[in-house]
Amino acid sequence: MRLCYPSPPRCGRLVRPRPPSLPMKHTISLTLTLALLWWVLSGYPQPLLLAFGAASVAFTVWLARRMDLVDHESHPLHWSWRLPHFWARLLREIAISNLHVLAAILSPRRDAIAPHFVRTRTRQTSALGKTTLANAITLTPGTVTVDLCDDELLVHALTLASAQGVVEGQLDALVPTDVEEPAR
Amino acid sequence: MTWLQLLATLLLGAGSLLLLLAGIGLLRFPHFYARLHAAAVVDTLAAALFLAGLGCLFGATLGTVKLGLILLFLLFTSPTACHALARAAWVSGLREPAQPGEPPPSPS
Repeated sequence: MRLCYPSPPRCGRLVRPRPPSLPMKHTISLTLTLALLWWVLSGYPQPLLLAFGAASVAFTVWLARRMDLVDHESHPLHWSWRLPHFWARLLREIAISNLHVLAAILSPRRDAIAPHFVRTRTRQTSALGKTTLANAITLTPGTVTVDLCDDELLVHALTLASAQGVVEGQLDALVPTDVEEPAR
Repeated sequence: MTWLQLLATLLLGAGSLLLLLAGIGLLRFPHFYARLHAAAVVDTLAAALFLAGLGCLFGATLGTVKLGLILLFLLFTSPTACHALARAAWVSGLREPAQPGEPPPSPS
């Protein structure tokens, strides 16, 4: 997690100091991901087009490295065995809260919804964990993360029940805490 | 009509119904933040049902894999857009219906 960036030089040439070591692991992973994505999206078997694809992938990777975009933050590689469980539970939560929002839409009663803001604390300590949790909350219909400051989330909830779920930290307990990679 | 086409019809029909309901919610809900939640239905369950229905029509082809990728990218990008909207409203001072910390207001 980068808390602050070095301030850019005020004048002179726009020369960015090279980081001491470019992360090779992430470069290889990015290349493989892009190559797979290119092939899935195109599906061409001809050698000429495959060569074009390889050239595009190489150019993109070169560009990303030149822009210093390839690191542990943009391309998290750390795998946790709790991730599939988290995804499955997240999909289930999304489906359930979709039904709740639909019920609120269809309900003729005016007090079916109680839109309000809640503040809650998260047990996540890493930047990646906090981002994952905030994104998961937003992805679930009925709750939207509005702000995140230190470990305090500001969430807008559609109903009392959805706010309750956030305050109790149902998703918070599911986010794997061992996903953060140590900074290089 | 094979059973796969029947399944596709059901999924696409359910997706269309959800889109309609989300539209109704968008009109019925009282203000900006509440309407965001209705729009979230479109991003998640409606999109998933639509793409699953189209996947049934495509069968086991590369097209289905592409549909899966579309859903994956939607699930990555739609919360970002939703959060950007909510945060923009918050930063510009939109505070309806209540300040955080206050008990939720009684709906009028």
